[in-house]
Amino acid sequence: MAVEVKIPTILRTYTDGAKTVPGDGANLSALLDDLESRHSGLKGRLVTEDGSLHRFVNVYVNDEDVRFTGSLDTKLADGDSVTILPAVAGGSC
Amino acid sequence: MLTLSTATYDAIVAHARRDHPDEACGVVAGPVGSDRPLRLIEMLNAARSPTFYEFDSADLLQLYKQMDANDEEPVVVYHSHTATEAYPSRTDINLASEPNAHYVLVSTREPESVEFRSFRIVDSVVTEEPVEVLASLE
Repeated sequence: MAVEVKIPTILRTYTDGAKTVPGDGANLSALLDDLESRHSGLKGRLVTEDGSLHRFVNVYVNDEDVRFTGSLDTKLADGDSVTILPAVAGGSC
Repeated sequence: MLTLSTATYDAIVAHARRDHPDEACGVVAGPVGSDRPLRLIEMLNAARSPTFYEFDSADLLQLYKQMDANDEEPVVVYHSHTATEAYPSRTDINLASEPNAHYVLVSTREPESVEFRSFRIVDSVVTEEPVEVLASLE
């Protein structure tokens, strides 16, 4: 499933500065493996060692936060738009 | 150095005061590459907490889509600390994800005075910078 992936500024070091890269996968997990094959190191910024999505990384498929659609198991279709955005968060503690 | 207008400075402080004792948060967008913070967007603190802030995930997506459509970027990312100094916490440093942004911290711990400070946070290194407030950026 060919999709377009929007990359946030802080992760463009992995994509030679590209804001958008093409990718392929039947679900989000497969897409991240596909991206990793060309953009080594990217997956490790998005997925924890135990294989789940980082708490402070948001991924959207066609504007839907994947936390509500099955996380890494979220299915992808041809032409889907995937957006990666780091959470904007912090605090005094 | 962060240069911003009096109106933007005042609006950030007013937002921080209004949401006290919870942390307030937001962005000041500007044209890509300009370093001019022109359009203030107050964000809801989805955590509604005196010690933590987080943009709501749907709001975050809308914000970035809108900035993209306008050829803008987040020139300033601001939030308040309501009981501690205006300095990035360990959490702030770990979660900082905009290497080009000025991170503004406002402390509202004193009711009569405000601390307003600006930092760069890149690869977990915090660098404070001067803040210049001008009558107008035009």
